[in-house]
Amino acid sequence: MKKVTVFLLLISINLISLKLVSAQSKAEVLIRNATVLTAAKGTLENADILIKDGKIARIGKNLKASSNARTIDATGKFVTPGIIDCHSHTMMDAVNEFSYSVTSMTRIRDVLNPTDIAIYRALAGGVTAANLLHGSANAIGGQNSTVKFKYGKPIEDFVIPDAPPGIKFALGENPKRTNFNPTPGATPRYPRTRMGVMEVIRDAFVRAREYKKSWDDFRAKKTTVQPRRDLELEPLVEVLEGKRLVHAHGYRSDEHLNLMLLADEFGFKVATLQHALEAYKIAPEIAKRGTGASIFADSWSYKLEAYDSIPYNGYLLWKAGVVVSINSDSNERMRRLNVDAAKMMKYGGVPEEEALKMITLNAAKQLGIDRRTGSIEVGKDADIVIWNAHPFSVYSHAEMTMIEGEVYFDRQQDISKRAELARERETLEKMDINRPPGSGGTPPAIPKEKRQSHLDDADSDKDGGNRR
Amino acid sequence: MKLQITNYELRIIKPVFNLCLSVFLCGIFSFVQAQNDGSQQNQTGKAGTFAIVNARIVTVSGGVIENGTLVIRNGKIEAVGATISVPSGAEQIDAKGLNVYPGMIDAGTNLGLAEVGQGAPATIDVAETGDMNANAKAILGINPHSSHVNVTRVNGITTVLSMPQGGVISGQSAIINLNGSTQNEMAVVPLFGLVINFPRITTAAGGFNPFGPQQPIEFSEALKRRDQRLEDLKKLFRDAENYARVQDAYAKDKNLPVPQTDLKTAALAPYARGEKPIIFTAERERDIRGVARFAADMKIKAIIMGGQEAWKAADELKKNNIAVIYTNIYSLPVRDDDAYDYLFEAPAKLQKTGVKFCISTGDGGAEVRDLPYHAGLAGAYGLPKEEALKSVTLYAAQILGIADKVGSIEVGKIANIVVTDGDILEPRTNVKYLFINGRMLPLTSRHTELYDSFKDRK
Repeated sequence: MKKVTVFLLLISINLISLKLVSAQSKAEVLIRNATVLTAAKGTLENADILIKDGKIARIGKNLKASSNARTIDATGKFVTPGIIDCHSHTMMDAVNEFSYSVTSMTRIRDVLNPTDIAIYRALAGGVTAANLLHGSANAIGGQNSTVKFKYGKPIEDFVIPDAPPGIKFALGENPKRTNFNPTPGATPRYPRTRMGVMEVIRDAFVRAREYKKSWDDFRAKKTTVQPRRDLELEPLVEVLEGKRLVHAHGYRSDEHLNLMLLADEFGFKVATLQHALEAYKIAPEIAKRGTGASIFADSWSYKLEAYDSIPYNGYLLWKAGVVVSINSDSNERMRRLNVDAAKMMKYGGVPEEEALKMITLNAAKQLGIDRRTGSIEVGKDADIVIWNAHPFSVYSHAEMTMIEGEVYFDRQQDISKRAELARERETLEKMDINRPPGSGGTPPAIPKEKRQSHLDDADSDKDGGNRR
Repeated sequence: MKLQITNYELRIIKPVFNLCLSVFLCGIFSFVQAQNDGSQQNQTGKAGTFAIVNARIVTVSGGVIENGTLVIRNGKIEAVGATISVPSGAEQIDAKGLNVYPGMIDAGTNLGLAEVGQGAPATIDVAETGDMNANAKAILGINPHSSHVNVTRVNGITTVLSMPQGGVISGQSAIINLNGSTQNEMAVVPLFGLVINFPRITTAAGGFNPFGPQQPIEFSEALKRRDQRLEDLKKLFRDAENYARVQDAYAKDKNLPVPQTDLKTAALAPYARGEKPIIFTAERERDIRGVARFAADMKIKAIIMGGQEAWKAADELKKNNIAVIYTNIYSLPVRDDDAYDYLFEAPAKLQKTGVKFCISTGDGGAEVRDLPYHAGLAGAYGLPKEEALKSVTLYAAQILGIADKVGSIEVGKIANIVVTDGDILEPRTNVKYLFINGRMLPLTSRHTELYDSFKDRK
């Protein structure tokens, strides 16, 4: 009963905060007189951006908008494309299907929760899109969802319709369950070594190749017996056909190289190496294949396979010609990816625009959505952040975040509604139905998983904890 | 008087020690006072007399000197000002266009106690077995050769508090400079505050006490259980005071029965007597108020570690002279309906109340180097920039009781100096020179070494 009332309380408060995000219709918006960091064509001073139908219609000086357009004076402010987090588990009610070593049949789309408060907090950090990935407990994990953070909208609106589908792979400690305490007496899951991880992946692709052939033969009328659909192998066939992106979690350079060699053999390209904290050791091999790297700016030492991670990783990969993105893998860190990008200028000396691309355009490229988002260019979706100061300054914060021209975060509006929300909360708490039995006030119990900053539970035992 | 840690350790295990416990107690106190003045430092880096000239010197305690000179000699700051002449024989460093800062201080880490978080338990020395470990000493677990040391200091952090965690009484923290080949060489205050996880009111299953409720309980019941745990803690404190009294009496009169030794209780005594500070971890308002009342009742010195809602309890914190080590910049708000910037702006709120505070990473070690960005983010959400800088330098030193040694650029202080090409709190800023205890240290680390190994691979 108490749970229900607490739930009702939370829901009602959530609804109020949803109202905060006054999703206007796709009216014209004119952002005036900003310093625009385009992430594609340099920095424009005193520039205007005109948004029509959710797209960037014009960029220039002294632009005119129609009379019903909303005009935002951004004098003294900085504008960037919306940040794209290329590795996230935000708004997912489940992360890992732990059971099998190959769980390619599972879909993150089935566990998305559009009311997760982490979405709003990410928007407040300037994040507009994310690659929502299955966890790393399996050599081959589940299918991803590439979303925009349209908080307050139904879940259908989150999923980017023309984003190419992807799938999570994982190498090293997590799929071999190094840090997992198995239930006593339970049969240990294969694989337990890096050798086994590679064999699981090889076996899956051998089966996928044969499965594909059976369908090809059927379609070519070489056989009359229709093959039985295999939901495990279908996505892997799409990988073989170049229709599905592989996002491969891994740390050690040798295992990422081995995966790329296997991909060479089966004739596909790995889209991104995720984490890839040792990628700097094999930068030429990655660059040669056109594979991307999606890394932490500077995390290291939190587990053994992260001990050779260096903050110069991004710089060395960029120098070698690899498309690099910086991700968070964390509801907490997601809110300050701008500071992470700034660190790339410090460690090695990535130029400013290239550093900005690592949290915008490069992530879009890696996810195959760069035709519509990732930079401030005419024709692209108006996914835009307005900052009070240069976003690479630690003293900056996002003032406003919009997706396709609609405002999903507005700091001034957020602040102005706080008193009202506090009153609302007080009223709700006093309602008979919400009064906790017993004396005093019991705050809502926060589920343990909600308190974790790092969400991939792949290398933990059942109690959870910090992990990546 | 100076005591060496190694000697101290030897003395602990001598059986004869049982017979002279009062000496032991005195020994602890003098040991604690035997703070390192930097004169006996190790051989890492380059010693000498240095003059940093043409520098913009951010003293923190006395404003900014736009074009000044700073002289380092014998490990100390010998002179600082706009019209200082360079002593003969000094190595001169031209800092034109550069800024000079005091080294930053992180007052809440496990640096040196935890190398690799997962998959290498042998490298973790943070939490001792059991709930009551007043005698566990961080200084004896810190690995002076941890790779975290260099990685942290090359970003301008020169001093940290490293502490044990876990249980109820976790153990005694240590304040160290990030240079030294032995624990003693690193030590600024080898035995600083005792760390206690203040018993929380929790209705959740499990929670604070591993033997606690497995089902959620009513609030009134939770309150009762918290109060019981507080009573248990108070009893331990009284036992420790009584223990020390018995030892004192025996020291004066050897005809009294020989008192038995109990290392845990003995270790608790100076804290229970209010002679040394206790660091209480507490986040929520009611727990922080609980600490304030506990400190007042027991007449002890308290510091809050964590402090998410400390600003709400400012009245009682100020009344009881309790400072806050704030560790929640990189934390998510606990409740879904907390404002998104609830924990970013808490330092600004604290500062407005006048409660003494500093900002810490609260990190295990690897990410302590992010300390300036924790302070900077507080600056993004309302904390004035100068206060943000003080929160990781002078204020931290004041709370740790070492402001006579570090935390600002003043004549006579230990020469922990950082020279940068920009605002030290900005992520784009680079450290150009680094001094700890007056030694000029190479800007190298595990990271630069790996970088050098692979940067030219084609």
